[in-house]
Amino acid sequence: MTSTTSAARPAALTPETVTDDDVAVVAFCQSPSVRHSYSTTNGTEMLVPIFQQLYKDLGITRRDIGFWCSGSSDYMSGRAFSFISSVDAIGAVPPIDESHVEMDGAWAMYEAYVKLKTGETDTAVAYGFGKSSAGDLRRTLALQTDPYVVAPLWPDSLALAGMQARLGLDAGLWDETAMAEVAARSRRDAVGNPAAQFSGFRGPDGTVTDDVTAEQLLTQPMLADPLRRHDIAPVTDGAAAIVLASGRRAFELCDNPAWITGFDHIIDSAELGGRDLTTAPSAARAGERATGGDIAGITVAELHAPFTHQELILRSALGLDGSADAIAINPSGGPLTGNPMFAAGLQRIGNAARTVIDGGAERALGHATSGPLLQQNLVCVLDGRR
Amino acid sequence: MPTPDLEPLSAPIELQFDYTRSVGPVIGRFLGALARRRIVGVRGSDGRVHVPPVEYDPDTADPLDEFVEVGRSGQVVTWSWVADPVDGNPLTEPFAFALIRLDGADTAMLHAVKVDGPAQMSTGMRVRAVWAETTTASIGDIVHFTPEGGADGGHGEEAAADPEPLAGEALTAFLDQDPLQILVTPFEMTVQHSASVEESSYLRAIAEGRVVGQRCPETGKVYVPPRGASPTHGVPTSEEVEVSDTGTVTTFCIVNVPFIGQKIKPPYVGAYILLDGADIPLLHLVLGCDPAEVRMGMRVRAVWKPREEWIPSTGNIEHFEPSGEPDAPYESYAEHL
Repeated sequence: MTSTTSAARPAALTPETVTDDDVAVVAFCQSPSVRHSYSTTNGTEMLVPIFQQLYKDLGITRRDIGFWCSGSSDYMSGRAFSFISSVDAIGAVPPIDESHVEMDGAWAMYEAYVKLKTGETDTAVAYGFGKSSAGDLRRTLALQTDPYVVAPLWPDSLALAGMQARLGLDAGLWDETAMAEVAARSRRDAVGNPAAQFSGFRGPDGTVTDDVTAEQLLTQPMLADPLRRHDIAPVTDGAAAIVLASGRRAFELCDNPAWITGFDHIIDSAELGGRDLTTAPSAARAGERATGGDIAGITVAELHAPFTHQELILRSALGLDGSADAIAINPSGGPLTGNPMFAAGLQRIGNAARTVIDGGAERALGHATSGPLLQQNLVCVLDGRR
Repeated sequence: MPTPDLEPLSAPIELQFDYTRSVGPVIGRFLGALARRRIVGVRGSDGRVHVPPVEYDPDTADPLDEFVEVGRSGQVVTWSWVADPVDGNPLTEPFAFALIRLDGADTAMLHAVKVDGPAQMSTGMRVRAVWAETTTASIGDIVHFTPEGGADGGHGEEAAADPEPLAGEALTAFLDQDPLQILVTPFEMTVQHSASVEESSYLRAIAEGRVVGQRCPETGKVYVPPRGASPTHGVPTSEEVEVSDTGTVTTFCIVNVPFIGQKIKPPYVGAYILLDGADIPLLHLVLGCDPAEVRMGMRVRAVWKPREEWIPSTGNIEHFEPSGEPDAPYESYAEHL
């Protein structure tokens, strides 16, 4: 599946120059990332406080929202149409215009974005939720592989990622230190994120320090050789929601909307043994199209890499290598410190947008992935007022 | 979300069913050949041999149908150690998953390699397929791979050289002989299902023979069972309200169709019952009268199981039966249809 979006950087938008074709993120909220939530698998209990917070932040009610789209999966809850109950968190009386994708909430956001582009409404909410703790996540994720000759072997997500990591290790594309550095940086950055599941370093005696180094992490044993615990995103329960608005409505809701100036998602072949797993061509192409090949001005990139080596693959695919000084990668701590299934990708875009809305970044990039081993990738570029 | 005073109730849901899929001509030939202990791939538009085969070229999307038999041995392209196998893995003891490029193939196939530990694994090592004693035309017909030259005790002639590979008309004839049509893949998973805090208070109360709901703070409506959020307003409900175990049939259905697992002999009645004090009806059975007598507005009361059988379940109410009161006027339940 591919999509097309104008990639050129527009001139600065003002309430006078904005058109209904301009769509922005105006607010973002997420639940705390936790190892085990008391929420039902419907996500309702995680979503209600988020929605209430967004209404409060924007001074609106649920009736101001013209379209709702959610991302979640029945494989997390073990029953069909489980997302229906999440609509309780909205309050669907009178009836609402609502949709759902069996994907990360980032793709729900894409649908909401398209909905705003049609002009049918000027305000939408995209949300995602996952109670990963309810099942055996690494086993459940095997079900997203080819159902004929791969899934019947139940290749768990750690095994698949480990094979991908080793390909790069063997080829000299990265080493275990580079992988550990990704984890150490994420854990240091997560100290500043109250929603993160954990941060810093937990020593053998149980004491946690904010600072953590790759050397410390590399003293830990292998969990799924060649992966150590720190290479793997935690099992997380959580949810997230983003409010989108178009045209003048965006300025009414937000002083400094994060305008979506590029948005694309592309998928690679499902044939695991047939593609070069040390690269992510679909991420490269989605990034190329979303940025127009110009990453100038981007100072924050939130990347949905559930494994350390996958961040290295993505940085290379998106042209962010060698620019670590200029571009902060996952300043939120990223998925390695909180990875709620079906919400973590939307959280990347939300965190990127928040840095623009808050004025910390003029231009930010959010990325989401879906499927095994970075098979499908989505890139969203967000611009502030310049 | 705040930690509740009482931990919500939860219980495992164990799902089990068979995925039944038609596999098409390409995968069907591959699996049909596996059942006869031969491995075939398909040649892609660029000449690469894909094993397992793909129906369409990943680059050009051209349909592919030129089959090639490949070896039963090959090279480990990459691997990962599975210290803690999951249900359904080819091996129950720790093993390696590997991408294996079979001799004559250009792509790599995922499978298990049986060795004692990760020290015996290395990229580039040679491995050979070990066949199942009884094949079923599935990827599991190769039970796992084993290091070449090892002394694995699999079935068949793996110690002997590979048979002469088939090609051309002979291969076509072989593949056309017995392709698989339908693949049945058993599936099972366990999910820990949690009731919400509000549902848990309902379930704990019904274990004591009481029916409780909660009131929506916006509308004042009482939901039984209560929910994590008022479905009309999306706000949490918190005020607990005990309701009666008598009520009114708002609508009903006479079940005439038999189905697997049916516990009552048809015909019988499933009905929405608006308990007195509640604003949303509860789905339950109405027994104790001729199904033809059940009607909208009929007054019913709960028939409870013996107290010693009570558990946190709506099933503590075995069914509802007519209470003998006069029918409720339509206006009293019209809003709840």
